[in-house]
Amino acid sequence: MVKSGTIILNTAARFLMPLQLMFSIFLLLRGHDEPGGGFIAGLVAAGAFTLYLFAFGVSATKEVLRMVDPRDLIGIGLLLGMISVVPAWFLGQPFLTAQWWTIPVIDFKASTPLIFDIGVYFAVLGSVTGMVMTLMEVDKDEP
Amino acid sequence: MIQFAVLMGFVLAAFSPLLNRWFGQRTSLLLALFPTLLAVWLLLQAPDIIQNGRLLFEWQWVPSLGISLTFLLDGLSLLFGLLITVMGACVLVYAGGYLKGHPDIARFHIALVAFMVSMLGLVLADSLFTLFIFWELTSITSYLLIGFNHADINARKSARQGLFVTVAGGLALMAGLVLLGIASGSWSLADIFDQEADLREHALYTPMLVCLLVGAFTKSAQFPFHFWLPNAMAAPTPVSAYLHSATMVKAGIYLLARLHPELGGTPMWIGVLSVVGAITMVVGAFLAIHHTHIKKLLAYSTIMALGTLTMLLGIGTEYAMTAFVTFLLAHSLYKGALFMVAGILDHETGTKDVTQMGGLRSIMPTTAMIALIASLSLAGVPPLLGFIGKELMLEAVLGADSFRLLLVLLAFVASILTIAVAFIVALRPFYGKRHHTPQVPHEAPRSMLVGPALLALGSLLLGLMPALLGANGLLTAAATAVSGEPINVALSLWYGVNVALGMSIISLAIGFLLFKRWDRVRAKLAMLTPVMRHGPEAGYERMMNGIVQFSEWQTRLLQNGYMRNYILVMLITLIALIGHSILVRHSPIVTFDLEVRFHEAVVAGTMAMSALFATTTRSRLGAVVSVGVMGFSIALIFILFSAPDLAITQLLVETLTVILLVLVLFRLPRFSNLSTSLERIRDGAVAATMGILICLLIMTAWSIQQFEPISTYMIENSAPLAYGRNIVNVILVDYRALDTLGEMFVLALAAIGVIAMLKLRHGESSNGKHAEGSKVTSKEPSDG
Repeated sequence: MVKSGTIILNTAARFLMPLQLMFSIFLLLRGHDEPGGGFIAGLVAAGAFTLYLFAFGVSATKEVLRMVDPRDLIGIGLLLGMISVVPAWFLGQPFLTAQWWTIPVIDFKASTPLIFDIGVYFAVLGSVTGMVMTLMEVDKDEP
Repeated sequence: MIQFAVLMGFVLAAFSPLLNRWFGQRTSLLLALFPTLLAVWLLLQAPDIIQNGRLLFEWQWVPSLGISLTFLLDGLSLLFGLLITVMGACVLVYAGGYLKGHPDIARFHIALVAFMVSMLGLVLADSLFTLFIFWELTSITSYLLIGFNHADINARKSARQGLFVTVAGGLALMAGLVLLGIASGSWSLADIFDQEADLREHALYTPMLVCLLVGAFTKSAQFPFHFWLPNAMAAPTPVSAYLHSATMVKAGIYLLARLHPELGGTPMWIGVLSVVGAITMVVGAFLAIHHTHIKKLLAYSTIMALGTLTMLLGIGTEYAMTAFVTFLLAHSLYKGALFMVAGILDHETGTKDVTQMGGLRSIMPTTAMIALIASLSLAGVPPLLGFIGKELMLEAVLGADSFRLLLVLLAFVASILTIAVAFIVALRPFYGKRHHTPQVPHEAPRSMLVGPALLALGSLLLGLMPALLGANGLLTAAATAVSGEPINVALSLWYGVNVALGMSIISLAIGFLLFKRWDRVRAKLAMLTPVMRHGPEAGYERMMNGIVQFSEWQTRLLQNGYMRNYILVMLITLIALIGHSILVRHSPIVTFDLEVRFHEAVVAGTMAMSALFATTTRSRLGAVVSVGVMGFSIALIFILFSAPDLAITQLLVETLTVILLVLVLFRLPRFSNLSTSLERIRDGAVAATMGILICLLIMTAWSIQQFEPISTYMIENSAPLAYGRNIVNVILVDYRALDTLGEMFVLALAAIGVIAMLKLRHGESSNGKHAEGSKVTSKEPSDG
């Protein structure tokens, strides 16, 4: 079933994936004020890769992901989650107290909740993509 | 900041593999610097403590929970701290020789240094929480050290036994400490000592004491929990010398001594401690002479010493307190040295059986000398420190207020047996005929002699000059801390001709006779072996087997591998819990006072229809799709009630669920109906009850408003405090970020689990081992 991609699916996937990924980043960044956030964005991004997986199969998707193994994404996500804990710690505030900084030139509000949310994004993306990819990989080899 | 210095030990432990790579065999010496420096620091505090009684080093750890890493340094913790650091340095140097060239020496260093830090933390802790944490850490590090030779099944079994016994006691200890905290209203030992209220009068006194005693007795190998200690001799000898004679097994004793000023002196305390202590003392000494295994001999005599210490705490007179601190110090010095000698003998001759050794004096004169001094201290021969300790102990027993006759008798018997043990260890391997041993013995390397020599010298010097410790010395401060009232310890070698001296002399004579006839006595004792098999250890074995059988039984019953069974069990449990609290604790409120709009009714109807279809259809794909319909309908409801975040999440999750289901769907065997109609009725009933209950729960919860909802606070503060207008997201990444962090880890674990299991199965099937591979149909999905 891996090779069952039709022309319509293949073409659509090729165009939809970048759009979906961009949309997921959009959702991630606006999440603090409007509907969205790391979890939802992660799911959308995972959806993008899943669509690509269905259309082109595992090895093609791995090529798109280059060197990144979805399992590493899980690790990156957890690491970012833990990193967002640290600043408050150094300032002597209770664990996980949010810190906000404004980046002057582009007037962007950077914060530990944002780092945390990016962590959630990667953890979700890595988990779901990893599971789907492994399922398909196993599937491919069996009779 | 002393806390920082002590905790740096953990860092040191973590880096010790690196140090081993850089410094090779000198690592042990390098690591020994750490306890040496701490010992120096402790010694520098000594004058202050002897003057003022108690020093507090405060450091907040978790201020919001009132947990601090405050260190409490008084006479008792100073004595223990010095023992731990000095013995630690000796043992590290010794281990460098004992385990020379061992491939896993780095692992040994990690565990030993970590243990040392935990033990120091335990005796220095002021907060009951930190005390407990370090207590458990010593159990864990002890487990790792007993099981150091993990290829040996015996070592593994002994390590597990030690862990189970001490950790089970640790649970009791936790309960006891919590009760203590509740009863005294403080989690700080210093506060507990300072307050006026008498804990002995408190209603919780008895349960508290029982729990604390179980914790202390298991840790300090008191009868009937003593059996794990001799088995712990499977550990490398440096570990036995350090953990299982001088430090860890004394943690229970430390706890009892620490709490003596607050809890001691009641009839229950006196009765339990002095009788259990005295029994342990005799049982230990009696079991010791059964064994020819040198480490077991010493282990049982350690049990005897631990029993003695407990008994002295039970007696609780001023004499007993003096005897307690003196005996404690004397025992650590000679027993540590003797264990190291045992290690040397084992290392050089290749056997641990004392009857296989003999005449080694000419080959290893230094070792023989050390063994002799330490053993004479164990036997209580003047002018060694052990003599003073034993004199004081006998004196204390003679002056006991309760059970005097019994205690005197038991102490007398125990000291005869101990003297026999001392002669066996000191004389048997070194004098008499040379035996053929598995290895050709040599004198031990210097690194292995420094430690025991130092300790033996300590026994001798402190025995000759007891004034160093006594009047205004370390032991006065320690005894004062244990008793709670000022005690002036006046130690001397000569107390005049008295009953205690008479008992000493008689027991020395009988003990020597017993040593002479040891081989014959042992043969007689061998007849007791069938009876001994029914000791406490057999009870432990039976209990462990029982637990294993019980878990097998309940695993077969509750976790038989069928998904339907798990769901059934979970639902029935939920029904019982929810049903109980709804029907019994609140009366259910049924209300149909709802405004249902037309489109809401349509969505609800769709859901009901699809649920019905999912349960009755014979097509698996149909079931998946109808469950999907249900999920999308829920998303619709979220949208109708303006929760866009939830709706988006629901939609995405639903989509991915369908994708995952499609992926696994056609790997499943053909749809077939395996349930009998009776089972279907049962399942239907459970499902219906669950549905009705949840419906009731929601209706009831809707009508009861017990607390001000927290959502008001969150909505009000979301923008001003958390700079976000999307409350759902603010809750996830700010208000409840810790929960989310935990969930991230759960998600990661689940994903790794799924991936690992799939890969495992995959690996099996591609190796052709997987029989089920043929069953998997590879049909294209019909909608593909």
